[in-house]
Amino acid sequence: MIIITYILMVIGAFFYAIGGLGIYRMPDLFNRAQAGTKATTLGTLSLLLGIGVANPAWLPKIFIIIIFIAVTNPVGSSALARAGYVTGVAKYEGTVIDEMQGYFVEECEIDE
Amino acid sequence: MINYIVFGLIGIGIFFSLIRLIKGPSSFDRVLSLDVMNIIISGTIVFIAYIFNNELYLDIAIVYAILAFLETVVFARYLEGRS
Repeated sequence: MIIITYILMVIGAFFYAIGGLGIYRMPDLFNRAQAGTKATTLGTLSLLLGIGVANPAWLPKIFIIIIFIAVTNPVGSSALARAGYVTGVAKYEGTVIDEMQGYFVEECEIDE
Repeated sequence: MINYIVFGLIGIGIFFSLIRLIKGPSSFDRVLSLDVMNIIISGTIVFIAYIFNNELYLDIAIVYAILAFLETVVFARYLEGRS
């Protein structure tokens, strides 16, 4: 049983390292948002589940933390990326498609 | 032994997001790297609870996660409204 805990904890910490590396290496705000948020959400889920396997008495609180982070972390990142898009942060030169091209034109004109 | 491996990997993640916090081109990058650091620290508090075998740290982790989410949303709305 302790082997499962060790494997899950090392997987979670490995995804933390991958998230930090992605937020350092990616060229753009939106790529950074995607890489950092996805990797750290999965890392938190795995690390906390490993600790919950080691101590079964802590499982209710750990499930509360897991559900809270899995719901709120993508919401916060999405709000931040939307604010960046509305404000007009520079995109990466190799961007192939931009599906939100004409959505925020009116808001930008009002703000100006 | 396992504690050193896990803390080393967490330290790599904190270090790279701290570099992005220092040299981010816009303020959105800084807030985003602060968000990632908050999530990593919120998992690290639960790991410290496992090391010290103390259940009190889980409450601290819950409150820290709530405050991290609130901080990200408030900064996003503020930066969007300024424009």
